[in-house]
Amino acid sequence: MESTPDNNYLIEMTGISKAFPGVQALDNVDFNLKYGEVHALMGGNGAGKSTLIKVLTGVEKPDRGRIILFGQETVIRSPMHAQELGISTVYQEINLCPNLSVAENILIGRQPMKHGRVDWKETNSQASEILQRILDINIDVTRLLGSYSVAIQQMVAIARALEIESAKVLILDEPTSSLSKNEVDQLFSVMRKLRSEGVGIIFITHFIDQVYVISDRITVIRNGKLIGCDETATLPKMDLITKMIGRTLTALDDMSKIKAETATKIQDKKVLEAKDLGRVESVNPMDLDLHAGEVLGLAGLVGSGRSETAGLIFGLESPDSGTLQISGKNVKRFSPANSITNGIALTPEDRKAAGIIDDLTVRENIILALQAGQGWFKHLNIQKQNKIADEFIEMLEISTPTAEQLVKNLSGGNQQKVILARWLAIDPQVLILDEPTRGIDVGTKAEIQKMVLSLADQGKAVIFISSELEEVMRTSHRIAVLIEKSKVAEFSGDVDEKVLLETMAGSGT
Amino acid sequence: MKDQKFSSLLKKATESRLFLPILALAIILLFDALFIPNFFAIQVRNGDLYGRIIDIARNASTVMVLSLGMTLVIATGGIDLSVGAVMAIAASVAAIMMNPVIIGLELPPDLMKFINDPNFTYSPLWEVILVTLVVATICGVWNGLLVAYMRIQAMVATLILMIAGRGIAQLITNGVRIQIFYKPYAFIGQGWVLLPFSLYIVLFLYIITWLLTRKTAIGMFIESVGINARASFFSGINEKRIKMLVYTFCGFCAGVAGLIASSNIKTSDANNIGDTIELDAILSVVIGGTSMAGGRFSLLASLIGAIVMQAITTSMYALGVPAFALKAIKGLVVVFVILLYSEPIRVFIRKLTSRKEVRS
Repeated sequence: MESTPDNNYLIEMTGISKAFPGVQALDNVDFNLKYGEVHALMGGNGAGKSTLIKVLTGVEKPDRGRIILFGQETVIRSPMHAQELGISTVYQEINLCPNLSVAENILIGRQPMKHGRVDWKETNSQASEILQRILDINIDVTRLLGSYSVAIQQMVAIARALEIESAKVLILDEPTSSLSKNEVDQLFSVMRKLRSEGVGIIFITHFIDQVYVISDRITVIRNGKLIGCDETATLPKMDLITKMIGRTLTALDDMSKIKAETATKIQDKKVLEAKDLGRVESVNPMDLDLHAGEVLGLAGLVGSGRSETAGLIFGLESPDSGTLQISGKNVKRFSPANSITNGIALTPEDRKAAGIIDDLTVRENIILALQAGQGWFKHLNIQKQNKIADEFIEMLEISTPTAEQLVKNLSGGNQQKVILARWLAIDPQVLILDEPTRGIDVGTKAEIQKMVLSLADQGKAVIFISSELEEVMRTSHRIAVLIEKSKVAEFSGDVDEKVLLETMAGSGT
Repeated sequence: MKDQKFSSLLKKATESRLFLPILALAIILLFDALFIPNFFAIQVRNGDLYGRIIDIARNASTVMVLSLGMTLVIATGGIDLSVGAVMAIAASVAAIMMNPVIIGLELPPDLMKFINDPNFTYSPLWEVILVTLVVATICGVWNGLLVAYMRIQAMVATLILMIAGRGIAQLITNGVRIQIFYKPYAFIGQGWVLLPFSLYIVLFLYIITWLLTRKTAIGMFIESVGINARASFFSGINEKRIKMLVYTFCGFCAGVAGLIASSNIKTSDANNIGDTIELDAILSVVIGGTSMAGGRFSLLASLIGAIVMQAITTSMYALGVPAFALKAIKGLVVVFVILLYSEPIRVFIRKLTSRKEVRS
C-alpha cells in the first residue's frame, strides 16, 4: 500500500546531537534505515544507542540535527506521536504494567468494545490469537503479566509493539537478553517475516553472534560518535568488536590461562555447604558446596531455578527444608541483613528493580550495603564514604563525572559496576552474581569475567549465573546444571559444550 | 569575571532544595509588603518581640512540628493522615491529667476548691508532658504496625486512626471539653522568651530530627526505602523497621503539636484541635520539595513550607478576607505556589538562569 520513495529510506537521521548535564550523549550522529532491513545498532555501554533511540521515538528532543521520516522532514514530538507515525518500540527495560493481565497489556487502549463496555471475552481471545500467530506461544492471557517470567513479559512487549497497526519501523532494544535459545529463534523468524513485509527493524543487542545471524547492516557508535555503518556481510566479527571497544580484544584470550591458574589455588576449605536446601514452589531440595577461591557456575534454561537458588542462599526467602552452613556455621535466620553479617553478597538479576537506588548518588549506592550491615547508628563519616566510593570507582573503572552523580544518570554497565562495588565493599566470602553481564557491552563483559576470576584468586567463593553458556564455561571452575528447580548434574574442569547443552535440555541422562 | 561568578552562584542557588520554598515565601511577603501597611513592624514589649511576622512564626509552630514527622513519613513513600486526630488525643490526655474532675473522679474536698486555680494541677507538669507524648507515640506505633508489618497502604492505615482518633479523644474526656486553668502549661504555646516559646520547641525538635537523620545512617535509609524499597531490601536494609520508626516519630511529633495547640486555646477540644491540619502538614512537605512518591527530603525546606502555609493564612486575615472565604482564597494561593513546582515552570526558571550564563 505504501508507496516506496525513490531513495528507499524509511528513516534518515543526520547530525543528531544531544547533551545531558555533564555528558555529550550524542555528537553529530547520522543513522538511516531502509525498507525491509534489519539494522543492528551496536556500541558499548553509554555509547549513546539508547539516547539515539529515544530521540527517534520522541522521548528526548535532539539539540541539533534533522530527522527525515518516509522522505519528509519530521519533528517527533512525543512517544505517542512516534507511534502514530508508525514507529514502535520494545525497550530494554520492560515497559508494561505487571498488575494488569497479559491481554490488557497487549490491547490496552485498543480493547474491543461492546455496548460501551470492554468486551473481555473478545479481548482475551484476540490477545491469545495475537500471541499464537505472532510468537507462537500459548499462555493464559487472563493471568497478571507480573506472574510470568521476564522472558514471557518480554515476548508480550514484542507482541504489543508488533500489533500496533501500521508499524513500519520496529525498534527492539535488547529484546533477547532474557530469552532462551528457542525463544530467540522464534523472535528471529518473526523478524524475518516482518522484514519480508517491508518493515524496517532496528535491532540493539550485545550478542554479537545474533547480529551476524539476523542483521543486514550494522551501525556502530562509541562515546556518542558515529564510528561507521557497514554491510554485515563485509564486516568481520573481530573488526566489529574492535570498532565497538576502540581497542583489540585480548582479554578474552587470556581467560582460559587465568582460569587454569586460579584453579590450582582453590582451597579445601568449604565456605558454603547446603544440604537438602529447598523451598516449596521455588527450589527443590538440593546439595551445593563451594570452596574458597572457587567459581561455581549455575547453568540452566530460563525458569530452571537459578535465581531462586541464589535468592535462597542470600536469604531473600527462608528455606523450608535443609540446612545452610557458611564457614562451618549453621545459618539460622535468613535475610539479606543477616547475609551481610555472614559475608554473603548477591548482585541481583533485575538491576533496575532490585539493584540500583536511582535517585541516590554513586557514593551512597556504593556504601549502602556496608552501612546497612553496620546498622543505623554506626554512621560512616563522609570522608570514609568518599574514600570507599573513590576506591571502587577507580578499581572497577566506573565512568562517572564524580561520586556525587545520581546513579540513574549512569549507563547500564556502569550501574552494574556500582552494584558490584556495593557488595565488594562489605568484603564478602561468598559472592553470588546473577546475570552480571546482561545488557553490558563486550568490553565491560570481558572485564567483569576477568574480575570474577581475580576475586576467586583473592580467596573469595563466587557463584556465577548467566544465560550465556559460553560465559559460564569460560569463568567457572565447576558447573552445576539445574532443570525445573532441581540440581541434576555437576561438571568439574573442562566441559564439552554439547554435553552441557544436552544436560540442560534434560536429554543427557 | 564577576558576572560569571554571580551567574554560577545564581545557578547553584536555583538548584538548591531550598530555592523554591524560599521563593514562594518571598513572593507572599513581597505581596504583603506592597499591600498591607506595617506588615513587617515589630514592637518590643517587656523585652519581648511582637508583630505580624512573629505571629506567623508562632502560629506556624504546630504545623512546623508536624511537618518534621510528616517529611520522614512521606520520604519513605507513605503518608500519615492521623496527625490531627492524634493531636486531639494528646490534648485530651493532657487536659484530663491536669483537671480530672470532669469525668467524675472524686477529688479530696480540700483540692476541689483549687480546681479553677491557675496554680493548681492534679498531676505535675513533667508527668503530663511525658504521659501525653508516650500516648501520642503509641498512636504512631499503631500506624507503623499497620503500614510496616500488616502491609496496609499508608493512606488507608492512617485513615483508621484519623477517624477513630477524635472518638478516642472524646472518650478520654467523657465527651466534655475540659478547660485547662493551669498557668505553667499555657506557657508552652503562649509563653515568650524574646520570641514565642513554641519556636524554641520547633528549633529543638528540628535539631534533634536533623541529628537523628543526618548524623546517623537513618536519613539515607529512609530515602533509599522511599526510592526503591525492593532494592533496599536486597541491600540489607530492614525496610519494616525504618517504616516503623518514621510513623512512631510522626506520632511523637503530633503529640508535641497537640501540647502546643491545647496550651494555645487552654482547652481539650476534641473536635477542633488539629482539624484538617494534616493537610497543611502534607502541603508543607510538598512545598518543601519532597516528592509524594518518596525519596530525597529536606527538613529545613519543609519548615519553610509550613511558614509559607501560615503566611498565606495570616496575610489573608490581615487583608481582611472574611473567615468564611478564607479556605477558598487559601486554596487559590496554594495552587499558585504549587505551580512553581510544576515541570514547565521549573524548566522556565532553569532557562532564565542558564541564559544569563551564556550572556556573561
